[in-house]
Amino acid sequence: MTQRVAPLFRMWAVFLKETVQMRRDRLTFAIMFGMPIIQLILFGYAINLNPKHLPAALLVEEQTPIVRTLVQSLESSDYYDFVLQTADPMESSDLLARGEVTFVVSFPAGFTRELVRGERPQILIEADASDPAAASGAVSQAQQVLERALRHDIKGPLAQFGRAPPAFELVVHQKYNPEAKTSYNIVPGLLGVILTMTLVMITSIAMTREVEQGTMENLLAMPARPAEVMLGKILPYVAVGAGQTALILIAARVLFDVPFAGAFWILLLGVSVFVIANLSLGFTFSTIAGSQMQAMQLTFFYFLPSMLLSGFMFPFRGMPAWAQTLGEVLPLTHFLRIVRGVMLKDASLAQLQSPLLALCAFTLVVMTVAMVRYRRTLD
Amino acid sequence: MSQELAIDVRGLVKRFGSKTAVDGVDIQMPRGEVWGFLGPNGSGKTTTIRMICGLLRASEGEGQCLGYDIRSEADRIKSKTGYMTQKFSFWSDMTIRENIEFVARLYRLPHTRKVVDETLDKLGLTHRQHQLAGALSGGWKQRMALAAVTMHDPQLLLLDEPTAGVDPQARREFWDEIHELSLQGMTVLVSTHYMDEAERCDRIVYLANGHKIVEGTVSDVIDRSGLVTFRGEGPDVRHLAKQLKGQPGLDHVAYFGAALHVSGEDREKIRSVLDAHSGHDVAWQEVRPSLEDAFIALMAEAGEDTREHA
Repeated sequence: MTQRVAPLFRMWAVFLKETVQMRRDRLTFAIMFGMPIIQLILFGYAINLNPKHLPAALLVEEQTPIVRTLVQSLESSDYYDFVLQTADPMESSDLLARGEVTFVVSFPAGFTRELVRGERPQILIEADASDPAAASGAVSQAQQVLERALRHDIKGPLAQFGRAPPAFELVVHQKYNPEAKTSYNIVPGLLGVILTMTLVMITSIAMTREVEQGTMENLLAMPARPAEVMLGKILPYVAVGAGQTALILIAARVLFDVPFAGAFWILLLGVSVFVIANLSLGFTFSTIAGSQMQAMQLTFFYFLPSMLLSGFMFPFRGMPAWAQTLGEVLPLTHFLRIVRGVMLKDASLAQLQSPLLALCAFTLVVMTVAMVRYRRTLD
Repeated sequence: MSQELAIDVRGLVKRFGSKTAVDGVDIQMPRGEVWGFLGPNGSGKTTTIRMICGLLRASEGEGQCLGYDIRSEADRIKSKTGYMTQKFSFWSDMTIRENIEFVARLYRLPHTRKVVDETLDKLGLTHRQHQLAGALSGGWKQRMALAAVTMHDPQLLLLDEPTAGVDPQARREFWDEIHELSLQGMTVLVSTHYMDEAERCDRIVYLANGHKIVEGTVSDVIDRSGLVTFRGEGPDVRHLAKQLKGQPGLDHVAYFGAALHVSGEDREKIRSVLDAHSGHDVAWQEVRPSLEDAFIALMAEAGEDTREHA
């Protein structure tokens, strides 16, 4: 009898030992329960596959009741949030290139007069198709929304213009990615995702490995200052990041035919800052984590929101405001703007100034935290 | 004044949370000597050494190491001391040569290549320089570590149980090396559990429960204990040992190899107890107490560990 239940008892012994060890590792425990809760709330509410309230610019050269009605109808469709109205085409296309608006809706001069004459004037929607998923919902709704506006909202002598065939012609320009190829959006984004994952992971074990292998005491006993150790540990991986970048860019060209519209040096600048930002963050993780295992968990904890809230997988502008604010903290968000801006939109340095500065600020903050957290003694 | 002393610390206290590891230790160690740091496990030896070389911040107390303040000038102390950790703390996944090179570069030794070559040559590891350090045996690891921490020619060498787990031959060679370094003018503080090593030191500091119990030369320490020791040899010592333990007047009964040492403070009392057990085939003889006898007595005197543990 005892022989039969012996395996059960041994299994029970291992079970108890495992439970004790699991409870002792507080960070792991916290992550195991904290992560699902945060993910549920964060991603459940933030992610929206049919993004509404996308920022749009309005380019109009005349203010007539009909134009106002049409604009009003787009706005009340919940897809378009007009953040700016201008008569200057330079200004609106600059906003589109910066990614601050997803659409520019233009009513040409003389629109109302041509409409009245039945000449079927054009309404132009320029959509930022560098993220085709973001633009598609709003674009496909536009025709219907505008037609209905003419049919129902315009009464009196002008009501005739609401009848089919539509009295206007809707022209949609899928800018930066005319064929709306998803790979144009995903492949440059992957550059950022891959750099984030590998570089944060590699440096996150930089210090914890020294602690776990017992070599930390030796390192501390020798005259090396924190900044020297950090930079010394980070720099080799800058080369790794450069290699990865080259590989991905070649693959983007050869395998996926992704265009490269802009200046290479701007991308190089962006990649450099981004790589250093990630390496510093990893190093900071390694000064927080108590073990290599915890460092990995922190990396993973960081990686998920980076994927989901940065605009890599889901349209950034389609997320609620609070999620966008969270996303603005992530370096990947800014890097995506840079890499898509350079490769697809031929953005200028001035247009990419704010994401570049954001990356620099992030790096600075993270490095400062690392220096404060770095243990100079064994206490 | 402090120029004469390599280590001059007073009232060192180290607390970890509610636990006090070191409780008011003073050390005034002149330059050029070799001192032994003794005491049972957990007595605070490692913690004290770490505070001296700036690896731990003292909770209380103050002092200088090589004339530099241990609280505010840890960087300077680090560049002039060599500290060998208790556990092998070099990089196992780097070769012997790479480890030595790394240390040489960190200390900015000029002519790195030449210095490394010489160090390897002196160590006798030139032919194994491309093996991983992790593949070395315990004794060789310690020799490599010693070579690495002395490469920058430190004024003070702190060795934390450098010979634990090392075979007797390697231990002897290791100590020959320590005396060699001492002759070159290096000050050496070495912690150990081995009595024969302690006897090779100029002075001994004995720590128990975070307090300094005694300090002095080997014979000082033995004299200070005030012990009288008898040594018994013969086939029956094992039977006798059980009977003698706890007898009035015999403070300590302990084996030394095959022989039995009984120690106490009163010679006559010991004699009378031994006479009362004379039926056994054991030959008794009064001997000078050994350092180990003195330590067993000291340990018993220090009593239970009264420090609070978290």
